[in-house]
Amino acid sequence: MADKLLEIKDLNVIYETDESTVYAVNGLNLSINEGETLGLVGETGAGKTTTALSIMKLLPEKIGLIKKGEIILDDINVTNATEHDMRLLRGDTVSMIFQDPMTSLNPTLTVGEQIAEVLELHKKDMNKEQVQKRVEEILELVGLPAERKSEYPHQFSGGMKQRVVIAIALACEPKLLLADEPTTALDVTIQAQVLEMMKELKDKLNTAMLLITHDLGVVAETCDRVAIMYAGEIIELGTVEDIFNGNKHHPYTDGLFGSLPDLTKKTRRLSPIEGLMPDPTDLPSGCPFHTRCNKCMDICKTEKPKITVDNSHMIKCHLFK
Amino acid sequence: MLKYILKRIVMMVPVIIGISFLIFAIMNLTPGDPARLMLGESASNEDVEALREEMGLNDNFFVRYFNYLKGAVQGDFGVSYRSKVPVFNELFSRFPSTLKLAFGATVIMVVIGIPVGVISAVKQYSIIDNISLFSAFLLTSMPAFWLGLMLILIFALHLGWFPATGVDGFINFVLPCITLAAAMLASLIRMTRSSMLEVIRQDYIRTAKAKGAGERRLIMKHSLRNALLPVITIIGMNFASMLGGTMIIESVFAMPGLGTMTITAVRMKDTPLVIASVVFVAIAISLMNLLVDILYTYIDPRLRTQYSKR
Repeated sequence: MADKLLEIKDLNVIYETDESTVYAVNGLNLSINEGETLGLVGETGAGKTTTALSIMKLLPEKIGLIKKGEIILDDINVTNATEHDMRLLRGDTVSMIFQDPMTSLNPTLTVGEQIAEVLELHKKDMNKEQVQKRVEEILELVGLPAERKSEYPHQFSGGMKQRVVIAIALACEPKLLLADEPTTALDVTIQAQVLEMMKELKDKLNTAMLLITHDLGVVAETCDRVAIMYAGEIIELGTVEDIFNGNKHHPYTDGLFGSLPDLTKKTRRLSPIEGLMPDPTDLPSGCPFHTRCNKCMDICKTEKPKITVDNSHMIKCHLFK
Repeated sequence: MLKYILKRIVMMVPVIIGISFLIFAIMNLTPGDPARLMLGESASNEDVEALREEMGLNDNFFVRYFNYLKGAVQGDFGVSYRSKVPVFNELFSRFPSTLKLAFGATVIMVVIGIPVGVISAVKQYSIIDNISLFSAFLLTSMPAFWLGLMLILIFALHLGWFPATGVDGFINFVLPCITLAAAMLASLIRMTRSSMLEVIRQDYIRTAKAKGAGERRLIMKHSLRNALLPVITIIGMNFASMLGGTMIIESVFAMPGLGTMTITAVRMKDTPLVIASVVFVAIAISLMNLLVDILYTYIDPRLRTQYSKR
């Protein structure tokens, strides 16, 4: 087995505002090996982005707080790292692709300047010409003509902007790439292109990736392992094989797949999961999913389920004790 | 771009004609007889009537306006009723000191206002932010004449560092410029602060942070330029309005500027001088707005493409 690149142990993140405390991530455990792609799947508000921002230590200042737990990235303990150390890490060892390409680029700087900036910050031994050459190289790599480096973001379409964002993230060949719904803002044809491109680049550069998405199709196509997240916890984790073809599942995962249209079967209606995610300021006792679970037992309401492990497959549910 | 600038300058012509007509009409409709004011209360009615005839005041309103326009187009803006000097000369003998005053105040405003605004945005709710908020309130609530008098009292009378009046040298402008800048400084600080606060919450600032950029770089390279647009608007507007003269400052520091000149001209029904100075201010404001618009395109590349298309 390859070396562990990222290990998150018992991570707890809260957002503290004057009105309330949001429990965004609650006791999350996760690890990613070098070169591996892990899909992080869950509903909106499950804590996926919060997890990624915690790894970068970019939680909103004064509001977002890592309450408990440890994040070890490339043998560096991120949770205790100083701002200076983090600055050296960001963009170099770990970089992030943000959700919305439309707002993620600075409108007053050319695309080339924005890509070159990462290199200027981390590759101090490169001279100006080398930086420019690398900028052109990386633009070609993401499928944009190199001469467009002197244009501004508003001169690019959404899909092209996302390519620029990806180019910025990949410029220093990071060991870990955090892709936060990289295709959500794009239309379907561009989505496929961008995903295909990311897969290629990943193979070429041997980058590990945490792919955050709520699109199970994307996961099946690009990931090695999948983690299903619910109310700030990982409730099921396994290889793509385990999750998509296995027969033992957390009821929530079953629900997720039940919500997908299946073209091979004749069903009149989809069966979505009833109800909504619990209020993160006031999480229920016991299993966080028990309020919506159709297999809910008495024990689920009072006691937190323990993890059941079966080889590579892990489920957090009372059903599989 | 050049085409756009030319178009904007051509568009100023109808505006200026409209303004001159309005002022002419207003001066005509308000009570008071320039001839009577010039000759004084003791003059006989016959003398006043003769002067009215001589000045062409008995002609029809429109005839008089067109005569005025005809002269103006040929470069003759008329002669001041009061001083008998061509208004152009009158205007430009006053203008340098007003320009120096406006320029000095703007420099003070920019040099203090923008950095303080940026710092209080970056260190929001810190002691520095609170102090700047407090001083901004203090500055806005101090009337200019009071602040001017206080400055004269302290720095001219007690300490003797600066002269209290006059326009002879650089040193004469220090106190007036500070007084003039003070009131506008507050709004500039607040505007810079709120504009910066908005920008540093943008996604692209987070992107820059994710690249590993330090705070200095985030502010200087990524935030400031984006935050500058509304700030430049405020500076431009303030500068243009200062060119129109600053009556209170001029009175307090006994400076011969455009403000006092215009007010006196209005009181004396000195129509040519009033029109000339108002039109002058209008041109100054239009040019300032144009300059601000051109500056915009240097700051924001999105606007550059917009203008080059026109």
